[in-house]
Amino acid sequence: MSVEPEGAPGPVQSPPVFLEKQSYRRRRLSDAARLLPIFGALLFAIPLLWPDGSGDGDPVPMSAAITYIFGIWVLLIIVGGLFGLAARRWSAPEPGRSEHG
Amino acid sequence: MASLNVLILVCLGYVVFLFGVAFASDRLAATGRIRWLRSPLIYTLSLSIYCTAWTFYGAVGYAARSGLEFVTIYLGPTLVMIGWWWGLRKLVRVGRSQRVTSIADLISSRFGKSNVLAICVTVLAVIAVTPYIALQLQSITLSFSIFAEGDPEGFYREGSSAFWVAAGLAVFAILFGTRNLDANERHHGVVTAIAIEAVVKLLALLAVGVFVVWGIGGGIEPMLQRIDQSEIGTWTIDKSRWATITFLAAAAFVCLPRMFQVMVVENDDERHLRTAAWAFPLYLLLMSLFVVPIAVVGLDLMPEGANPDLFVLTIPLAQGEGGLAMLAFLGGFSSATSMVIVAAMALSTMVSNHIVMPIWLYSQGGGASVSGDVRNIVLFSRRVSIAVIMALGYFYFRFTGGGALASIGLIAFAGIAQILPALVGGLFWRGATRAGALVGLSIGFLLWLYTLLLPGIGSGLLSESVMTNGLFGWHWLRPDALFGIAGLDTTVHSVMWSLSLNTVAFCFVSLLSFPSPLERLQGAQFVNVFDHSASARGWTGLVAQSEDLMIMSQRILGAREAQEFFHAEALQQGGRGVLPDPTPAFLERLERELGGSVGAAAAHAMIGQIVGGSSVSVQDLLAVADESAQLMEYSSQLEAKSSELSRTARKLREANEKLTQISLQKDSFLSQVSHELRTPMTSIRAFSEILRDTDGLLPEDKTRYATIIHDEALRLTRLLDDLLDLSVLESGQVSLNLRDGRLDVVLDRALDSALAGSMRKLVVKRQKSMERIALRSDLDRLGQVFINLIANAQKYCDARDPVLKISVHDVGGQVVVDFIDNGSGIPAEAQSMVFEKFARVSSEKAGGAGLGLAICREIMQRLGGNVTYLAGQGGAGFRVSLATNQEMAAE
Repeated sequence: MSVEPEGAPGPVQSPPVFLEKQSYRRRRLSDAARLLPIFGALLFAIPLLWPDGSGDGDPVPMSAAITYIFGIWVLLIIVGGLFGLAARRWSAPEPGRSEHG
Repeated sequence: MASLNVLILVCLGYVVFLFGVAFASDRLAATGRIRWLRSPLIYTLSLSIYCTAWTFYGAVGYAARSGLEFVTIYLGPTLVMIGWWWGLRKLVRVGRSQRVTSIADLISSRFGKSNVLAICVTVLAVIAVTPYIALQLQSITLSFSIFAEGDPEGFYREGSSAFWVAAGLAVFAILFGTRNLDANERHHGVVTAIAIEAVVKLLALLAVGVFVVWGIGGGIEPMLQRIDQSEIGTWTIDKSRWATITFLAAAAFVCLPRMFQVMVVENDDERHLRTAAWAFPLYLLLMSLFVVPIAVVGLDLMPEGANPDLFVLTIPLAQGEGGLAMLAFLGGFSSATSMVIVAAMALSTMVSNHIVMPIWLYSQGGGASVSGDVRNIVLFSRRVSIAVIMALGYFYFRFTGGGALASIGLIAFAGIAQILPALVGGLFWRGATRAGALVGLSIGFLLWLYTLLLPGIGSGLLSESVMTNGLFGWHWLRPDALFGIAGLDTTVHSVMWSLSLNTVAFCFVSLLSFPSPLERLQGAQFVNVFDHSASARGWTGLVAQSEDLMIMSQRILGAREAQEFFHAEALQQGGRGVLPDPTPAFLERLERELGGSVGAAAAHAMIGQIVGGSSVSVQDLLAVADESAQLMEYSSQLEAKSSELSRTARKLREANEKLTQISLQKDSFLSQVSHELRTPMTSIRAFSEILRDTDGLLPEDKTRYATIIHDEALRLTRLLDDLLDLSVLESGQVSLNLRDGRLDVVLDRALDSALAGSMRKLVVKRQKSMERIALRSDLDRLGQVFINLIANAQKYCDARDPVLKISVHDVGGQVVVDFIDNGSGIPAEAQSMVFEKFARVSSEKAGGAGLGLAICREIMQRLGGNVTYLAGQGGAGFRVSLATNQEMAAE
């Protein structure tokens, strides 16, 4: 027996143009989840702009660099965790729909 | 300090413990109590095979050499996991719905089950991962040697220890990685063992870190100060490497065969990704939290020239913390073993499914249903593949001796990342084609080989002249400065050229080439996996024999499993027998089932051999389209025929009704005729008997009786004349006397003779101006028709003051004469009958024999015109259509 993946929708009827408020929030949340890695990549790219001692300006001390990078890291983990929680909450009442988010 | 013997004992004990765990969880899984084994925690921990000995030992060395750059190795996967909603979710869904067994299987499946592509990916993966496996062997051997240095009595040889490590790992991988065949039955034992190893290595590194920060450094604040004062105390970073390695790590995280194995193939539940999305980055963060402090303290404390790659081990040893050092050793050992086991498993699946099995099937010639248990051969080939891969890693280690851990790891990453364009393109772009993937992959592979692997592993694989002057002496082909762009970091240079040219070639060739139908169907399924997870391509199982399929499946799935599968299918099809019919849906499910064991391409080929190679081709599709077009045409023909039939049936019904009515009328007419004939006959007989038998009749009586007899005889004659007239008209033997005349003259004459001697007053309204029409016809016959119609109006019009309106029009070029009275008209049900012979509207109004209108119609049809009933005129209305002169002339 092949295992059919859960939440695979059957024949798709044309979705409504406007969503209820709840579904709307849900979609925007998944948008936010999509933006998160881009946001994280940009934040991790910021150290590239720091002076590294070769040019003008004092080089950034390593402790500050470590604090920044790990701080961003923790932030991403927390936001990602919150999104995971939110995703768990939606998937309970409406399993298939979040796939179209 | 722990002696080498104790170390080896601990090591063996640890391995035995892992064996026990793996065995126990396999047993648990077999009994079905696997809830706990399928938790998201286990899934997250199993992902930690990303952290190999390279990251366990090497990250500290990396940090000691290049500061914070080591963290990029973790940042890439972190971003990928955080962004699971983009990519991993889709990857896992595709992997599960297509039942892929490896990354090579996924790529091959996406691009039309192309085995060539699968072989390319497999070769690339083996070449890229072999140094990586060597790296793990090296790290274990190095850590052994550290302990050996401190234990002069111990008998230790580097080469033999590497050999025994390699052999032991191979045995472990073979025992637990190839126990079962179907990828869908996941390797619970191995995964659980890996999860435990993940905990061990995390605890070990944290323990060393805590010891370094609080035991040696004196807390967080002093540690940070110490970091700032160390030789890596300022932010100095190669910016291009920072970005490139972050990207490379992200790419490798998805493309590495072992990561694909635990992330996609071993995935039990898509929802585990949700937890892993934050938990795995947390794991990575914890793994890298103490790397810089350990490196800084190591650089401080350890003598000049000490290998920074082993600081994790040497710092506790130097501080006299034997137990901590042992834990650190176990952590490194865990990192290395888990990676090697899973990598060997993943690679062996790829090698056996995409290289060994196709060759074996080809060499068998006769197809998949020849004698011999394919299952054993698959398992055997996997076991041999594991052994060969481990041997490759061992020999690589022996002959190159290994370099700095991080550089080998990066080379492997860059190699495996060449799969990324085909993978991402395959998942998100329907236009990606097999040719594009092949060309892109080949170009990327060759460039990586030329610019990174061959120069990187040294040992004179590339001659000095090639290094300095370029290939064939072409200066712009130097491995470290392609197209004359020199001065870049080697890794950045290689990754930039290989991946960008790979991607460009992939896109360009994809745009130019045209995919096969299977590719296009698979492409649609992969790209739109969330819309339809069902398979769209099909087998046409006309030639397929269920028995052959059964024989083949038993060899691959195992007799019991295959029988259960076939039985379940047969039940689903309605339980008509032991074997299911080879319906396309069944064949498709069977193919997926087999694909779980031997890979999609091989399964496709096997079923293809039995079914008769009837995978969908353009011709098939065209034929199907043709057939359905024919069917549609046929059905529309049928539809036309059926509507024609129903029309005919309706007509027949009408005709039948008419016939019935006619027959009834005939009956009533016959009785009418006999009555009509009998009445005069009776009076004729009666009066002639009186004349014959009665003596002494008065002359006037005689005359009266004779007159009655004469009148009745005339009536009889008229009736017979009418009948004769009609039969002559009907038989078409009538001769027409065509003359030129005028319509008003004919009408005048008809009115005169019809109304002459009539008791009832009939008012006739005419429009004489309209009637002055010249015509050529049989004027006597036409007059007869008119007389008949006028006489009818006179006889049957039931109005108190009967009025007959005679009007002449031109309808569509044809002259018509309407006779409309003001009576109640003819009832609708009788309208169709009035022109029939012997028809009478009602019996009580019987005045004639019912032949008049029938005669009229016969006459008019002879004359090329017609008489019809005009309904809806407020009374009885008859329309006489006169023939045009042309028609008459033609007749």
